[in-house]
Amino acid sequence: MQSGVTPLHLSHFTATSCLGHGLAPTLAALLAQRGGLVPCAFETVTDLATHVGEVDGVDEARLPADLAEYECRNNRLAWLALQQDGFSTAVRAAAARYGRRRIGVLLGTSTSGILQTEQAYRRRDPADGALPDDFCYRTTHNTYSAADFVRTVFRLGGPAAVVSTACSSSAKVFASASRMIAAGLIDAAIVGGVDSLCLTTLYGFNSLELLSPEPCRPYDAERAGLSIGEAAAFVLLERTADNLDANAVLLLGAGESSDAHHMSSPHPEGMGARMAMAAALDAAGLAPADIDYINLHGTATPSNDAAEGRAVAALFGTQVPCSSTKGATGHTLGAAGGLEAVICALALQQGFLPGGINTRRVDPGIPLHYLTGNRQATPSRVLSNSFGFGGTNCSLVLGRPQ
Amino acid sequence: MKFAAYLDGIGLLGPGLDNWHAAQPMLAGLAPYEPRPLVVPAPQTLPPAERRRTGLSIRIALAVGQEACANGQLDAKRMAAVFSSSGADNDNCDALCQALASEDRQVSPTRFHNSVHNAPAGYWGIAAGAMTPATVLCAYDASFGAGLLEAMAQVMVERVGTLLITYDMPYPEPMHAKRPLPTAFGIALALMPTQSARSLARIEVGLTDAGPDELAEPALEVLRRTLPCARGLPLLQAVAHGADEQVVLDYLAPLRLAVTVAPCR
Repeated sequence: MQSGVTPLHLSHFTATSCLGHGLAPTLAALLAQRGGLVPCAFETVTDLATHVGEVDGVDEARLPADLAEYECRNNRLAWLALQQDGFSTAVRAAAARYGRRRIGVLLGTSTSGILQTEQAYRRRDPADGALPDDFCYRTTHNTYSAADFVRTVFRLGGPAAVVSTACSSSAKVFASASRMIAAGLIDAAIVGGVDSLCLTTLYGFNSLELLSPEPCRPYDAERAGLSIGEAAAFVLLERTADNLDANAVLLLGAGESSDAHHMSSPHPEGMGARMAMAAALDAAGLAPADIDYINLHGTATPSNDAAEGRAVAALFGTQVPCSSTKGATGHTLGAAGGLEAVICALALQQGFLPGGINTRRVDPGIPLHYLTGNRQATPSRVLSNSFGFGGTNCSLVLGRPQ
Repeated sequence: MKFAAYLDGIGLLGPGLDNWHAAQPMLAGLAPYEPRPLVVPAPQTLPPAERRRTGLSIRIALAVGQEACANGQLDAKRMAAVFSSSGADNDNCDALCQALASEDRQVSPTRFHNSVHNAPAGYWGIAAGAMTPATVLCAYDASFGAGLLEAMAQVMVERVGTLLITYDMPYPEPMHAKRPLPTAFGIALALMPTQSARSLARIEVGLTDAGPDELAEPALEVLRRTLPCARGLPLLQAVAHGADEQVVLDYLAPLRLAVTVAPCR
């Protein structure tokens, strides 16, 4: 059970993924049911028959000179995303309003800037095996680098951490931030996540035989695995004001649980997933029937979608419209929770339910109302699922003011 | 703003620090501290297949977590958990990076799923049968402070017993030269919303700008300065003293944590 979340306002948000830089191209792609997955030609990875969701222009997004020590793909992706939708301006205004110590930075990532280390290992000194002098571990590879970078960009001085629980990371940051705000430690938080393509995840998921040779097909009867993507999603989370406009998006609840089952396979009945969804509803003070749309974790691996489908059906029945947007974005791992929270926020504001793409025939063994086409609707409350390796689960409930 | 909780159990493992009870007189200055190489047993609570796959960071995390629960007579299944570490399984990370820099980039699936920062949390859940929330943090050298704040927030806001498990392990070369962590080390604290017969102390945590406390024993002070999770040792030293005390712990300098320790018995 989680009771800590009072409604919080997603006062500003942005996302950058293979769908585009910022909200406008993201929304346009979702409305057109257009995906961003392409055959993998990332870096030197030409031997894997898989598709990836690579963000355009990351290598060109050089950091300002005073932040040069943070140069790595992950922080460049973060920097690129921070420039969109007026997000940086909003953070600076919040810092002026609340004070630099009163804004937390809680971000999710799974691999941070590890690509920098993977490349540095290729440049080891032939004589003594030493890594090159220009390699800086703290500001690139270390898991905290993502939050440290954002905190440094805005010269913030408050609490900060990275949550790194694999693919639930950037959903769990919403729960952490809401507790810190509820406890009065901070007044606002930058939450979200950043994860970028690297060799560890591409060859790692390949070793588990979880990569789909074609763009991933969530909840399809013939789904054959996931497509890896990269993304940065940021949300400024604040207490709700008295005069919210009708288009405001609120965090109504968050729920977390653990599978206690296996490191890389979900609980077959989705027991942990169900507990997280139930906890999120409980925190929001809502019943299953109050949810108008579910953004599924939906990785398109055979076991994830089967287990998640069972868990959703057990709690919500079979009639709630749901979909996975990973057919469009790929699985952005530690950024997925943040990216999909932003997609849910767009659905709430723009009045549509995003259909999942690439799915040709919904798995008849999974009794869900899976949307393969967009639907015009006015959802009031939606739920987003994020689950990860190690059996870590997090569900978020987002909604419009009632 | 201050967070308050009751400290019901402590787990500690480091070179020459075999467990909390053995270390308590050393931290209190009543017995000499003698560093010895650290040996960490494989966790017997895991099924054999999982046990074989555990690296040092997982073993350290499970050992101190189980010790804290045992000392506080707490059921791990009912505790939320906050893991915090500057790194993950650093041997595993080196092996993966070596493979990925070689001609043959095929990696082992076990190495890959053990590479996630939350691997110890995953094995903890399996070992304890705990389906409760578990989060996993990193804040580089501030990882102890970040973990303590998150755990205290869970106790305060969710009103749930929360186990803080912080741990570090060295990198092998060539990473060691870039991130020189001298030894494996772990600290666990069982933090509860209400006082019990087992409560050791009531602790309060707030933010401060004051300078960090150092440890009286020079060899322990070296550990505090060189290991992110050992930045929590002044808190354990205060508990070992058994008197009302306030200590300042390193966090995100100049931001630090002021911790008030009031013994319960």
